[in-house]
Amino acid sequence: MRYVDEFRDRAKADFLVKEIERLLARIGRDENRPLQIMEVCGGHTHSIFRYGVEGMLPKSIELVHGPGCPVCVLPMGRVDDCVAIAEHSEVIFTTFGDAMRVPGSRKSLLQAKADGCDVRMVYSPMDALALARKNPAREVVFFGIGFETTMPSTALTVLQAEREGIKNFSIFCNHITIVPTIKAILDSPDLRLDGFLGPGHVSMVIGDAPYEFIARYYKKPMVIAGFEPLDILQSIWMLLKQIDEGRCEIENQYARVAPAGGNSVALQAVAQVYELREFFEWRGLGSIDHSGVKVRDAYAGFDAERKFAVPNAKIADPKSCQCGEVLKGVIKPWQCKVFGRACSPETPLGALMVSSEGACAAYYQYGGIKRGRDEAEASVA
Amino acid sequence: MNMVSFPPRRSRGKVHVPTVTLAHGGGGKAMKDLIDDVFVEAFDNPLLASLDDSARIDLLDLAQHGDRLAFTTDSFVVDPLVFPGGDIGRLAVCGTVNDLAVGGALPLYLSCAVIVEEGVSIDFLRQIARSMAATAQEAGVKIVTGDTKVVNKGACDQMFITTTGVGVVAAGVELGAHRARLGDAVLVNGLLGDHGAAILGARGDMALQSPIESDCAPLQGLIASLLNAAPNARFLRDPTRGGVATVLNEIAEAAQVAIEIDEAVTPLRDEVRGFCEILGLDPLYLANEGKIVAIVPPDEAEQALEAMRAHRLGRQAAVIGSVVAGEPGRVTMRTIFGGRRIVDMLVGEQLPRIC
Repeated sequence: MRYVDEFRDRAKADFLVKEIERLLARIGRDENRPLQIMEVCGGHTHSIFRYGVEGMLPKSIELVHGPGCPVCVLPMGRVDDCVAIAEHSEVIFTTFGDAMRVPGSRKSLLQAKADGCDVRMVYSPMDALALARKNPAREVVFFGIGFETTMPSTALTVLQAEREGIKNFSIFCNHITIVPTIKAILDSPDLRLDGFLGPGHVSMVIGDAPYEFIARYYKKPMVIAGFEPLDILQSIWMLLKQIDEGRCEIENQYARVAPAGGNSVALQAVAQVYELREFFEWRGLGSIDHSGVKVRDAYAGFDAERKFAVPNAKIADPKSCQCGEVLKGVIKPWQCKVFGRACSPETPLGALMVSSEGACAAYYQYGGIKRGRDEAEASVA
Repeated sequence: MNMVSFPPRRSRGKVHVPTVTLAHGGGGKAMKDLIDDVFVEAFDNPLLASLDDSARIDLLDLAQHGDRLAFTTDSFVVDPLVFPGGDIGRLAVCGTVNDLAVGGALPLYLSCAVIVEEGVSIDFLRQIARSMAATAQEAGVKIVTGDTKVVNKGACDQMFITTTGVGVVAAGVELGAHRARLGDAVLVNGLLGDHGAAILGARGDMALQSPIESDCAPLQGLIASLLNAAPNARFLRDPTRGGVATVLNEIAEAAQVAIEIDEAVTPLRDEVRGFCEILGLDPLYLANEGKIVAIVPPDEAEQALEAMRAHRLGRQAAVIGSVVAGEPGRVTMRTIFGGRRIVDMLVGEQLPRIC
C-alpha cells in the first residue's frame, strides 16, 4: 500500500536502530542509567506497541508513555455529564467510537445506550450535524473530545450549523490543550525525562512555536514526530543527535504533514468558537490551569453545557491509582500496585487503562515484549 | 437410500399480499400460505414438504457417513440484512455449515427458524429464502424443518434467523484445540477480515465507500480436501466474530502452548488494510465468514497448503505461523517492521480510535 509501506520498511528500521545504538554509546548511557524519552501522544504509544518498536530499541533507552490520549485523561465526572445529557429523551448523543467505553462513576456511554439512551457512534462531527438536519424534532449533541487535532473540526461544525441556522445541534466541549500539560509535567519535582517526541497531529494545527519554551526554559529537546514506526525511530535518532551534539531545539520530523506555522485557517476557527477555561480537570493529573477550552458566549446556543444542566460533579480518581507517576515516567505501568489486578481494560480504575492508546492498556494488550527484565514483570498481567 | 414413506403431495398455498402482517404468524391459513409460498417453494425437498412437526432422518443413512453425529446451532442478526457479497440467508446457511465442517463433520441437514417483523415485504423474504436455498445447494445440505414467527414492529430488526445443523463425523477424524503441539503449522485459507470490513462499510456509519465484499462461503468442500491431504490435522476453526486473533488465543489457551504468527505473510487485501488504517482497527480481530484457521503437524503442512490452494476457496491460503516454545497461552506476532507484539483477546468490540 503506497504511502504506508514505505514507512514500515524493515531495512531502514534496522539501519536506524544501529545508528541509535551508536549514538547512545557516544552519549554514554547504558542499561543502568537509561535515557528517558517521553512520547507525548497516545497515537505514538499505539504505534510503538502495534509494531513492537520498544523491543527493537537498546536497553539504554526507555520510552515513557505520555498524557496525550484524550480518552484516557477524561475525568469520570465529565463522563457522568455525558450520560446525564444522553438521558434526556429528546437527545441523540453522538460520539467517536473509543469514547463509548470510558467508565463514569455510574456508567459508560455504552451502558447508557444499553439502558435505552440514544447514543450513536459517528466518525466526524459533520455526521452529527447531518443527524440534526435529518431529525429536526430531536436535540443532537456531539461529544467534543480531543486535543488541538480534533478541535478545528468541531469548531468548523459549529460555524456550519450557525450558517445553516440549525438550532437543534450542540457540542459538549471537552477539548483540551497539550502545551499546559507538558508544562505541568516539566514542573513536577520528580521529573527525570531527557527529551520529548512531540505530538505530530496537534502540531499540524498549532505549528512548532508553542513548544519553544520547552527547549529555552526547561532545556529539554523535542522532535515533532509522525506516527508510522519509521517516523518514531527517526525522531528518536534526531533527538539523540541533538543530545550528542549538545543542542537543545524543537525539531520537526513530521514536516510532510505538520508545517512550521501550523494551519492558520484551523486556528482561526478554533479562536472564533472557543476560549480557554480557567482550569480543566484531568484524570490522573488533577486540575491544570488553562488546559481546556469552552464555547464562547457568542456561540452559547451550540453549547450543550448551557443547553442542558449538567451535574458537573468532581469525582476523585481512585486512591490506589498511580497514573500520575506512570505519566511522568517515575514508574512503569506494571509497577503500579493495581496493574492487571484491580485495574484491567475490562474494569479500568485509572486513566491509562481506559483506551487502547493509554500506556497501561497498551502494555496490558500488546505486552512488554521488550527486555528480559520487562518480560518477566509484564507477564504478571 | 432407505426412504421414509411420504404422504401424498398436497396443494401449496399462495400469499396474495405484499407485506408480512401479524396474521402470517397466527397459525392459520395465512401462515400456512406464507410457509408454502416462500419457504417450501424455495427449499423444495420432500422431507420439508410434508410439513410435519419434525423431520425424521433414517439412522442407517446417517451411519454410512461416519460414527458420530455433530450437532450445532447459530443465530443471525446481521445489520444490514443485505451486504456486498451476501445476505442474512447466505450467512445463516454458511455459518452453521461451517461450524459443522470445522468439527470434521460432513454437513447434511439444517433447520431454519425465522423471526420476522411485521411490515417486511414478502418479496424480500422470498429473496432471502432463495438465497438460503442456493447456499444450501452449494453446501450440499438440505433444509428439512423450520419455523416462522411474526413479531410486532420494533420487536426485532426486520428479520432474525436461527439455523441448526446436523452432520456426521467420519470414523478416525479427531479434531480438538488441545491437540496443538510444538512445531505445528498455523494455516489460513485466504485473505482475512473481508466480512467484518464489508459489514462495517455497508452500515454506512463510517461514511466510507469501500469495494470490499464479504467472504461468506460454505467451506465443507475445502475442509474435506484439507483433511484428506492432512489426515492428522489437529484442529480447525472458522474465525468469525473476534477474528483470527481470538481463535489463536483460544487454541493457545486450550493446548497450553504459545503461538507466533508473522505479519509479513498474513494474507490481507489492500482494501481491508486501508480500511483498518483509516479507522484504527486491527484486521486480525475482524470477522470472517469463509475462512478457517488450521493447526497441522509440520510434516503435513505442505500437503495441507497445496490442498487448500487447489480449491476455489483457498487460492490465497498461507502458513501464517507456528506453535512455538514460550509462555503457555500467549499469542505473539512478528511485525512487518521487525518487532514483536502480543496479540491478546479483545475486551469488547473493536471501536474506531479518535485520532
